[in-house]
Amino acid sequence: MEDSLIIAGRRFSSRLLIGTGKFSSAEVMQRAMEASGAEIVTVALRRVELDNPRDSILNAVDKSKYLLLPNTSGAANADEAVRLARLARAAGCEPWVKLEVTPDPRYLLPDPVETLKATEILVKEGFIVLPYIQADPILAKRLEDAGAATVMPLGAPIGSNRGIRTRDAIAIIIEGANVPVVVDAGLGAPSHAALALELGADAVLINTAIAVASDPEAMAAAFNLGVQAGRKAFLAGLGGYRLDARASSPLTGFLR
Amino acid sequence: MSFYDEIKSTGWAEVQKDIESRSDADVDSALGTFRSGGVDLGHFMSLLSPAAGNHLERAAGLAHNITRQRFGNTIGLFAPLYLSNFCNNSCAYCGFNCKNPIRRLILTPEQAKAEGLFIRNMGFRSLLLVAGEAPQVASLDYFVETAQTLRPLFPSLGLEIYPMSVEEYRPLIDCGVDGLTVFQETYNETAYELFHLGGKKKDYKWRLETPERGGEAGFRRLGLGALLGLDNWRVEAFLMGLHAKYLMRKYWRAQISISFPRLRPAAGAFEIPQEVSDKDFAQLLIALRLFLPDAGFTLSTREPPQLRDNLLALGITSMSAGSKTDPGGYTHPQAQDAEAQFEISDDRDPGTVAEVIRQKGYEPVWKDWDEALS
Repeated sequence: MEDSLIIAGRRFSSRLLIGTGKFSSAEVMQRAMEASGAEIVTVALRRVELDNPRDSILNAVDKSKYLLLPNTSGAANADEAVRLARLARAAGCEPWVKLEVTPDPRYLLPDPVETLKATEILVKEGFIVLPYIQADPILAKRLEDAGAATVMPLGAPIGSNRGIRTRDAIAIIIEGANVPVVVDAGLGAPSHAALALELGADAVLINTAIAVASDPEAMAAAFNLGVQAGRKAFLAGLGGYRLDARASSPLTGFLR
Repeated sequence: MSFYDEIKSTGWAEVQKDIESRSDADVDSALGTFRSGGVDLGHFMSLLSPAAGNHLERAAGLAHNITRQRFGNTIGLFAPLYLSNFCNNSCAYCGFNCKNPIRRLILTPEQAKAEGLFIRNMGFRSLLLVAGEAPQVASLDYFVETAQTLRPLFPSLGLEIYPMSVEEYRPLIDCGVDGLTVFQETYNETAYELFHLGGKKKDYKWRLETPERGGEAGFRRLGLGALLGLDNWRVEAFLMGLHAKYLMRKYWRAQISISFPRLRPAAGAFEIPQEVSDKDFAQLLIALRLFLPDAGFTLSTREPPQLRDNLLALGITSMSAGSKTDPGGYTHPQAQDAEAQFEISDDRDPGTVAEVIRQKGYEPVWKDWDEALS
């Protein structure tokens, strides 16, 4: 069977999602998107003019090839995030939203209380909500209960390129999740992305590490390979990460 | 404890002496231990020292990389809109000094809207409203009405007007103003008195505590700045760095940014007490960037084109372009010169500046805020 990422019933063959911030030009971004193999591309609503047909970022994303995932970057509370999401839908975007509620402009760490609140509101309004969160396993379950389509725990603060510093908590989130787990933020190298997939994450989202590389296109291709390697290793039954991993043939089958 | 109380016991001369005593080895240690969270206070002093002037290339590399990592390959663009040049203050260095016999003008909200439309048509979506201190003509009500008029044109509105109280700031925030900038001019209280000869601006403490009142009121962006050239730039930068850190701790929801207005030699004008060379200016930018990796750094059109273009890579995150510093100057350009607050050195149009930014490997960003956010 084909190994697909399924979010809210929609099937994606790539497990790499990419962000559109921080690129030196729309052309550089387009080439990186192409090389990444990504099918989901997130765009900060604060950066775009939804009513402007010549908006440089919106025009650079070919909607027939990519799912344009609007994000609420800049929102400091649930109200602001909800307003942004509604604006995007009213302007014709699909009802998908990457929910970011980050009251602190320095490290852009997500506010768990406001994120849960916004998720509850948006889910009721029919949005497919992908919330960005701290690697907090209980919060992940609460969001899942509220109807979130994925959870997106951070590996390290946004833009820090520090890798998966929240590894143990992410492992617990993965263990308990019934929705896809997308590791978002802080991944600085293809090996970090590979590790996330090896741990059993369903996907990763990368922006800074690609956008500020000397050669974003080549780096995007490298992340694509990293994600594929990590996923293959996970499917191949990597030893050592999870003690409850299924054995290839039953160990106690003889008892029946 | 306010920032005023926090630095009250800091002796200007002692700080200067400490900074100037730093050695090459101190600078080397500061650069060698740099991490993405920024250097500590002692290392910051070393980076501001004369010794660090010999290590600029290495320091510049770190400043360049950390800025790209935090802010990406982008430069924000904004334009100032001068609403009024009426001013009750007498500041020795300023073109709006109440003693200067210039033609005084205040735009009506309708005239401001015409200027706003002109600026919007140039591409800008971020606007800075500027006015002199004359509440008898430019009152709180006036600013509220003007902001309401301009709000539909600009997702982001900032203020650079006279200091107000927390209660006065609130209605401005309510009508969508998200940023507040106030320049301390000099952090040296003794020197401050020499340059601010009349008007309410004489009150150093009231001015210094303005960003705190802005943070209390709930502005999303707070901007600081010292007028470089009034006093020793190394100490100004040190205290400005402390000020930014203080505000980041106390008003953690606000984005802190720093502007770098610099006095430049001009015929017949104010004599610059302690001129800041281009090299000094670059060192100041770099040291502050390594101390404050996530503060916004803003550069105005006071600086000449070639220097602006080269400073871009050292940590600048936003710039003004195509600026007019006289009220009505965008729509009635013939009225220029006499009423301008300071001389524009970079008079290139915004499209040209955006093209240069692109050539330097950055994306010019016109919109980076949304009206849904406030």
